[in-house]
Amino acid sequence: MEKRSRRLLRGIGLVCALALAATACGGSDGGTNPTSLSRADIEAALEKGGTLTVWAWEPTLEQVAADFEKAHPAVEIDLVNPGVNGDQYTALQNAVSAERGVPDVAQIEYFAMGQYVLTEELTDLTDYGAGELADAYTPGPWNGVKGGGEGIYGLPMDSGPMALFYNKRVFDRHGIDVPTTWDEYVEAARALHEADPKAYITNDIGEAGFTTSMLWQAGSRPYRVDGTTVGVDFSDPGAEAYTTVWQQLLDEKLVTPIASWSDEWYKGLADGTIATLATGAWMPANLASGAAGAAGDWRVAPLPQWTEGGATSAENGGSALTLPRLGANEALAYAFVEYAGAGEGVQTRVAGGAFPATVAQLDSKEFQDTKFDYFGGQQANRIFAESAANVAADWTYLPYQIYANSVFNDTVGKAYVSDTRLTDGLKTWRDASLRYGEEQGFTVER
Amino acid sequence: MTTQATPAAAGPRPAPPPARRNRRSWTGWGFIGPFGAVFALVFMAPIAYSLYLSLFRDRMIGGNTFVGLDNFEKVLQDDAFWSSLGRVSLFLCVQVPVMLGLALLVALALDSGRLYGRDFFRISIFLPYAVPAVVATLMWGFMYGTRFGLVGDINDALGVSLPDPLSPDLLLAAIGNIVTWEFIGYNMLIFYSALRVIPHSLYEAAEIDGAGQFRVVTAIKLPAIRGALVIATIFSVIGSFQLFNEPSILQNLAPNAITSDYTPNLYTYSLSFNAQQHNYSATVAIVMGLITMVIAYVVQLRGMRKGA
Repeated sequence: MEKRSRRLLRGIGLVCALALAATACGGSDGGTNPTSLSRADIEAALEKGGTLTVWAWEPTLEQVAADFEKAHPAVEIDLVNPGVNGDQYTALQNAVSAERGVPDVAQIEYFAMGQYVLTEELTDLTDYGAGELADAYTPGPWNGVKGGGEGIYGLPMDSGPMALFYNKRVFDRHGIDVPTTWDEYVEAARALHEADPKAYITNDIGEAGFTTSMLWQAGSRPYRVDGTTVGVDFSDPGAEAYTTVWQQLLDEKLVTPIASWSDEWYKGLADGTIATLATGAWMPANLASGAAGAAGDWRVAPLPQWTEGGATSAENGGSALTLPRLGANEALAYAFVEYAGAGEGVQTRVAGGAFPATVAQLDSKEFQDTKFDYFGGQQANRIFAESAANVAADWTYLPYQIYANSVFNDTVGKAYVSDTRLTDGLKTWRDASLRYGEEQGFTVER
Repeated sequence: MTTQATPAAAGPRPAPPPARRNRRSWTGWGFIGPFGAVFALVFMAPIAYSLYLSLFRDRMIGGNTFVGLDNFEKVLQDDAFWSSLGRVSLFLCVQVPVMLGLALLVALALDSGRLYGRDFFRISIFLPYAVPAVVATLMWGFMYGTRFGLVGDINDALGVSLPDPLSPDLLLAAIGNIVTWEFIGYNMLIFYSALRVIPHSLYEAAEIDGAGQFRVVTAIKLPAIRGALVIATIFSVIGSFQLFNEPSILQNLAPNAITSDYTPNLYTYSLSFNAQQHNYSATVAIVMGLITMVIAYVVQLRGMRKGA
């Protein structure tokens, strides 16, 4: 009996080992490194055709893909939406780890580029001649596709130069002026909340993306990245300016703790509970669909400034189309990315409501003159385009910003629900970010 | 015939050739083979793979390296892990007794035979268990809302200001409330079915002896369903340690109160999917599994001990 059970154990062990070997030895197809490709190579690939797998959540790409297929009948595009940003990165990371099922083209936000660039999971498009497109884009997004590296790891698809969206009806009703500086913004918040205790200047429950964009505009440069050396520091004057202003809003409960994108949020935007939003230029389509009831109430103004008379802006969101290294059909993939990000696809996407990153579209009269019915006929693109031109350069994210953002609420979030100060929250965030950097093998500058 | 005996025969008789007796019959293996294969594939292989993962560390810089038991050492010193374990332990100590106590009361009430509309109560108390945990949490999440939810409506209607159930201080209690609501019916059903199989002769004997209802409960019913109580407790212990759905869904409503390491399971999830630390995540999961096993086993030992 004892012998038998030992044998049984041995048998189970063997099966386990086999299963293990089977899982460990996943296939490793694809992944040839590109050599310099000429225009002729790309044309040949288009002629030859094939199926291209594209992972993206950007809705306007559907039309672009259809048009591309029409122009190149041999090409079939399989457009997959694995989920918005966070979910997509998880899926992509899993595919890369498994070395199978990696898409040929993937949408990645600028803040997340660094991670993929550093781990060499993206194809450098310089060899495809992407360098020539540098002047076609505004500086913010172009900086973004470099992901902190030397190469060009994607073509900008959209951008999010920030602006202040405000509910004009609410401001008019209470006779409050639209703020042009952040100090005025705090004043407006007080006046508004006093006039109507149910109304708030904005909503905020602590969002990493918003906070980093605010720091960006305020002139703070918390992240220093040099190859595999990283540093995080939230104690520069820019960060201090931000925490001073925002701490007042939190202390006096002038911002309402409603999560963005929730039903409550849309309701608040529609009924005047939330009076302003400082966010990216991709917002109009969301307002029009999510808060349709407030059509005509909202307007767009330049982002409030940190110094009077300033004209500095920052990016909030925005993403690029990239070629994962393990994907196949590189030439074909590049042809599509170029079409969607720099070619005819851009115009299609602008028509669909996306905000471009290309200078040609931003400067075009047609784009600038577009009247937004939702904003009472305002030519809002003029403000967005100006903001895009004023985005402060030289901002970098961490090479592992996805992780850092995921612990933002664990750390800075404390300032939103307890007596913790924003400054202390940022310090904890810094510590958590650096600890993770160390664990991942980075040299950490403290 | 004795003359033919050889000297060798004087010694102990040699054992009969082993070949025949030891020849195995493989028929038995044929029967358990399919089970064994599925068992190995779906139960043993994932565990073995987790163990394998836990011995490595994959870093953005430096790649995948064998680190032996370093990950386990790190878990033992990981404050985030221990504080999340402490949180679910507190949850266990408060929520499980409350839930099981209520379930037991309900089961005894149903079993007493004095309840009008017994079947209706049984079904309606069991119903929440049929609601998926995700839906239940979303529903409670709406009710907990202080602006547009039920709490907010009560505040407006009565002119009071109730504390926010989703604030960091009350959150664990709010989750406990959801879990209790979900699982009272389930536990009640376990207890009730155990109560139904108690022989009626015992009650008759008790009546003859002049025992009151309370005495019947303490002397007959509770001892008789002891096994069911232990089973329900073990399930609840495991359930508490594996708390995930409720905090994970409420995280959208209260991101600052529910940290990424709020419960051990949520912690392994964040480690795996946000931090890309699959190896460390596997280690945390293994350690958590061991702790759960030990505690469940202790509960079982104590519960089954005669006369305890």
